[in-house]
Amino acid sequence: MAVDQAAGRDFWSAGDRSRASRPPGSGRASRVLKTAGRYALLTVLAAIVLFPIYIAIVNALLKPDQIAGEPPTFVPTDPQWHTFPDAWDGGHLGVYLRNSAIVTAFITLGQVVTAILAAYAFAFLEFPFKRTLFVTFLATLMVPFEVTIVTNLATVDSFGWLNTYQGLAVPFLATGFGAFLLRQAFLQVPRDLQDAAAMDGYGHLRFLTRVAVPLARPAVAALAVFSFLGAWNQYLWPLLVTEDDRLRTVQIGLKQLRQTSLDQVNVTFAGVLIAAAPLAILLIVFQKQLVRGLTAGAVKG
Amino acid sequence: MRGTALRPRRYSRRVREAGLGYLLLAPSIAVFAVFIFYPFFKNFYLGLYRNPFFPGQPRRWVGFEQYSDVLTSSEFAKSVRITVLFALYTVPLGIALGLALALAAHQRLRGIAIYRTIFSSTIATSVAVASVIFGTLLNPRVGLLPWIGLESTPPILENPTWALLAVSVTTIWQNLGLSFILMSAGLQAIPDDLLEAAHVDGAGAWSRFRNVTLPLLSPTIFFAVIVGSIFAFQSFGQIDLLTRGGPLGDETNVLTYFIYRQLRGTEQVPDEGVAAVLAIALFAITLLLTVIQIRVLERRVFYGR
Repeated sequence: MAVDQAAGRDFWSAGDRSRASRPPGSGRASRVLKTAGRYALLTVLAAIVLFPIYIAIVNALLKPDQIAGEPPTFVPTDPQWHTFPDAWDGGHLGVYLRNSAIVTAFITLGQVVTAILAAYAFAFLEFPFKRTLFVTFLATLMVPFEVTIVTNLATVDSFGWLNTYQGLAVPFLATGFGAFLLRQAFLQVPRDLQDAAAMDGYGHLRFLTRVAVPLARPAVAALAVFSFLGAWNQYLWPLLVTEDDRLRTVQIGLKQLRQTSLDQVNVTFAGVLIAAAPLAILLIVFQKQLVRGLTAGAVKG
Repeated sequence: MRGTALRPRRYSRRVREAGLGYLLLAPSIAVFAVFIFYPFFKNFYLGLYRNPFFPGQPRRWVGFEQYSDVLTSSEFAKSVRITVLFALYTVPLGIALGLALALAAHQRLRGIAIYRTIFSSTIATSVAVASVIFGTLLNPRVGLLPWIGLESTPPILENPTWALLAVSVTTIWQNLGLSFILMSAGLQAIPDDLLEAAHVDGAGAWSRFRNVTLPLLSPTIFFAVIVGSIFAFQSFGQIDLLTRGGPLGDETNVLTYFIYRQLRGTEQVPDEGVAAVLAIALFAITLLLTVIQIRVLERRVFYGR
């Protein structure tokens, strides 16, 4: 994680204040105490953040009457592992996860490719109306997707794309944010390198694939993770364009799960955990890229 | 002599370069044109037509009558009020909690990376995952809430007093990871020597936070407020999964849900005209927030650097 590299000093703990005036001798003991206090605070905060997830795991393994009981059971002594296969089969999670994977892969790949192409044009090529077109790309960021759904629904319908993967993915195959992010990265490519590549007789395609994209790899990775997260978590659009269960994505599958198995609360929790697992695993692997993608706009301003 | 000899070649190279440029932009422009700009402008046109009462009949031109009808209706006013309330419940508290976690994790300790991972973990939950977890926990069939004394009749999600708050708590939790990551990144950007200097000058922890950290963090916080508000105004999934706009029909009927109801309404005939006017209103609010952001950022650049 990027944050790890530059851990700063603590200005949260009020204990710091007395460092200079601390009587000699008590230094070590108080430092140990202070460190213990910090760990205690962090652990309490971690427990609060994780509490809903912990409860979901525990409740997935309990029997429904245990979940309803007071006081609540916080440790499953007789874990009901069958809730996971029950949720998988009853909730059609296999189909939904596959659909989400297909649509997400389609959108992520599409956004990365179209953004690389557009960013290359904006960073390395000269052509009339370049500025106007760039502003047009930025203008897309001002229009929330919710503002366009009325007509997009009709458009997708007129293409015959309701209940299709195209209908789910095609409206999202380009990204103004991505084009902007990668343009900034491409502009960092040293001028000398461009000249050297030109001397070596590199055409645009070779320069793009051998120099520009490899140098901008962190930004490309950040965009990929960012696009993936957005596509995987989509809710409103899949809800609007799919009515066929075979095309539903996992987020909409969760809605069905919530409605159909309310009398089996443990199965609902098991289903949620299955649905959440792929993203959780991916984000642990790609944590660094994610943090970079999310903070790209925030800190530099 | 040489100049004239070169000119045609250079000219054709320029043309080729421009052609390549447009070719590379074409895929993006095609998607934007069909799925962003066309539907955006179509909204203004659709708003001028009243939808037929019976499906199949042509829609009727009513000019700006429909705009004024929708925008002055009490239903619209209530929806805007609820959307603003939802943003007020979720954005400031979400940022404050993210900042608190970021401050707690901003120190040199063995194993701090584990805590940071935990604090950012809710980024791995989607709106649907968070909503189903909280929705099920708030289900009267689960004994947790009655046990801590948070029982209500009707159940929380059907209770006009509590429903919006329950949706807000779900949202705050789901966004906590993102808020933590943003605030942590902001803290990393503050140079250590400034805090060091304040420390040497005898400033206490609170004073250092108040007079050094907070002012330097203000651009990050401001960014989070604006982006958070824009997100809040676009929230939909948690409403659909937890309350479906209810209880009492419209106690959590935020703008996006209002639009959704016009398109896929269960009680009424789909009404594109009204949905289009609502979409324009949503756009106007987002635009306003973006303009404020740009204005303030400009000022920050002027004073700050």
